[in-house]
Amino acid sequence: MVLSCDGVRKTFGAAVVLDGLSLEVGEHEVVALIGASGSGKSTLLRCVNLLAEIDDGTIRLDGEDITDPRTDADLVRRKIGLVFQSYNLFPHMTVLDNITLAPVRVHKRPAAEAKEQALEWLARVGLADKATSYPDRLSGGQQQRVAIVRALVNNPRLLLLDEVTSALDPELVGEVLTMIRDLKGDGMTMVLATHEMGFARQVADRVAFLDRGSVLEQGPPEQVLGDPVEARTRQFLARIIEAGRL
Amino acid sequence: MTPSTIQQDRIAYRRRQAIRSVLLAALSTAVLGTLLGVLITGAPGWQRVRQSFLDPHIGREFLPTILQGLWLNLRMLVVCSLCALTLGLLVAVLRTLRGPVFFPVRALATLYTYSFRGLPLIIVIYLFAFGIPGLRLQATPNVTVLGGAAIVITYGAYLAEVFRAGIESVHPSQIAAARSLGLSYRQAMRFVVLPQAVRRVAPPLLNDTVALQKDVGLISLAGPIDAIRAAQIGVAQTANFTPYVVAGVLFVLLALPLIGITDWVTLRAARRQNAGA
Amino acid sequence: MVSRYTLTTVGGMALVLAALAGCAPADSPSAGASVSPSTDICPAGTLDTKTAGKLTIGTDNPAYEPWFSDNKPANGKGFEGAVAYQVAQRLGYPAANVTWTSVTFNNAIAPGPKAFDFDINEFSITPERRNAVDFSSPYYLVRQTVITTKSSKIAGAKSIADLRTAKLGAQVGTTSYQAITDLIKPSTQPQVYNNNDDAKAALENGTIDGLVVDLPTAFYMTAAELKQGVIVGQLPQVGVPEQFGLVLDKDSKLTACVSRAVDQLRQDGTLAVLEKTWLAGTGGAPELS
Repeated sequence: MVLSCDGVRKTFGAAVVLDGLSLEVGEHEVVALIGASGSGKSTLLRCVNLLAEIDDGTIRLDGEDITDPRTDADLVRRKIGLVFQSYNLFPHMTVLDNITLAPVRVHKRPAAEAKEQALEWLARVGLADKATSYPDRLSGGQQQRVAIVRALVNNPRLLLLDEVTSALDPELVGEVLTMIRDLKGDGMTMVLATHEMGFARQVADRVAFLDRGSVLEQGPPEQVLGDPVEARTRQFLARIIEAGRL
Repeated sequence: MTPSTIQQDRIAYRRRQAIRSVLLAALSTAVLGTLLGVLITGAPGWQRVRQSFLDPHIGREFLPTILQGLWLNLRMLVVCSLCALTLGLLVAVLRTLRGPVFFPVRALATLYTYSFRGLPLIIVIYLFAFGIPGLRLQATPNVTVLGGAAIVITYGAYLAEVFRAGIESVHPSQIAAARSLGLSYRQAMRFVVLPQAVRRVAPPLLNDTVALQKDVGLISLAGPIDAIRAAQIGVAQTANFTPYVVAGVLFVLLALPLIGITDWVTLRAARRQNAGA
Repeated sequence: MVSRYTLTTVGGMALVLAALAGCAPADSPSAGASVSPSTDICPAGTLDTKTAGKLTIGTDNPAYEPWFSDNKPANGKGFEGAVAYQVAQRLGYPAANVTWTSVTFNNAIAPGPKAFDFDINEFSITPERRNAVDFSSPYYLVRQTVITTKSSKIAGAKSIADLRTAKLGAQVGTTSYQAITDLIKPSTQPQVYNNNDDAKAALENGTIDGLVVDLPTAFYMTAAELKQGVIVGQLPQVGVPEQFGLVLDKDSKLTACVSRAVDQLRQDGTLAVLEKTWLAGTGGAPELS
């Protein structure tokens, strides 16, 4: 198991967002998290990346308990990549600097090597000509792809994608999804929170439906999305279909 | 390609209007300027005022000593601004440290910014330049250094708050992104937050530096002769105010480059901020 | 067509300026009634003062010893306090008709109407200053004096040459500062202070090695104010002797009368008596050369 969440609980004041959530992700697996807003998808990803502290339960990365207070959070975060809905590129740095910042400063790789790798990735996703541009010159879809590259160059064990297409115009969604599909082809272990049911169906090995802070139902996409067992899953999907997003 | 007749008419009309506005502005400025000039020079006391404030001989006589004093102002401005900016940045970073273990540090930093923004600079200079030497400690620095320290500590408090505002204006998602890449808190501050924070508050920082330029002259109450003091000596000697006018003009000239830079940076920052993708 | 808005703005501003011009004070009325040769030009108690029947005298705040006492010029104590009331009396203004007003140095020399009839505040008479103000006849001969503390390195100085390596100080706007730059010419730039209190603090701190003040102030400070104060010596008078005079508005009508009053005080010995009373013990300070 690359990732193993066991009975994770997270509260914000009186609100319980994650309530005894358990989830496992194996090597090379792609798991899609679906669920209504507030169901805890983003919170779970932030907890896995140790950006938020859990209130109970355990999270293990490659068998190691990363929620132990004695673990060095910075070291753990080097092994996990997190891509945000709002890309969060650093506006004062060029695309290239954005990508090479962590490799050089965190992983202590030589600058030339980091730059080379960055350019390779950019070429691969068709953004080589944007290497020296500033983020404000890129479209949303381009920025998001740069954000994904930025997370990838650190060779993470696990890539977390938090609704990475939700902030994009529809015509830009495709290029990001294509990139994610390619990553799956490379064998990247990924957990993605998404509203794109069609995409989840294509790319995910497993779909997990989060409801009221825990995994209500999970299984192969055809099953969870096509013929769910739980009533609430069905209700959720019905609303999605009504909104024309399935 | 040549524009259509309609477009040519529009261009001609706009040009006519523009010329009309410029002429009107020039005319009204000339009229008002003349009126002001007549008002001032026609006043009964004008001759004596001119003698008292605009005497060219006295101006020339004291220009060298005033310039010499101005040199002190300039040196202090450069040193004090750099030190105050550094101190301010440090205190701002300390004030934004998170976590209960840093509470004493944060409390101290907060106490500092609250007290020294409240204390008038004159009083701080008096305390430093007259109080500290009174303690007769070994290796007490000279009054210029002590006065400079007073200025740095007082302005540092203001600048700390400006920097802090800048740091807190950087969206927390930036820090989240930096941390999730594995950067430590210090690295995140250094490479992601501070560069953005400083760019954002460059306009108010520069404004404070322009103000610092004038306050630096207060060091003269501790003994050293700055431009204003040199002018004051000339004024007393001749019972004439022209040296003050000379000093004033020199100060403006000294400030012009800094003010120009401030305006340019402010404009550029506004443009960058508002030109989102 | 010029827009109505522009016309209104320009017209309005022109009107405002014209109104301001109208506020400019008219020239002061020409000199008073013609004087017949047999009439005294200084009619006692009825001079052309700011307030008819009253004499307004200005001095700075704080008013220092031994020139005044307790910072209350109205008590008539201190050398200048006493001289002021004597002058007033000679002009026909008993103490009850004298009012005091606080006047800074800048107020005293500024162009424009003055808040006082005359100002008494250790003003040295210099030809340069005569371009801006009127002076009465002198009422006191000034000697600049170097003072210090016993622990200072110049406590035992015997000549001006001994002072050249010292860090000296003076109050701004005094001829004491000029005495340093013209007579002593030290190698380090002299320090200048807003007032003698600050200068005194600097001297006690050791920030300066010595302070230059006029002789009476020197005696007062070393006797009453400084811990372990000591007078090093008087600086020589070079060129025209430095003297204090009363300050009046340039071309004031009172100058002649006030000067005459001071002359009377000198001629009938009052000034000497006042000096003995208030500036006693100012003999015997060593002379530096």
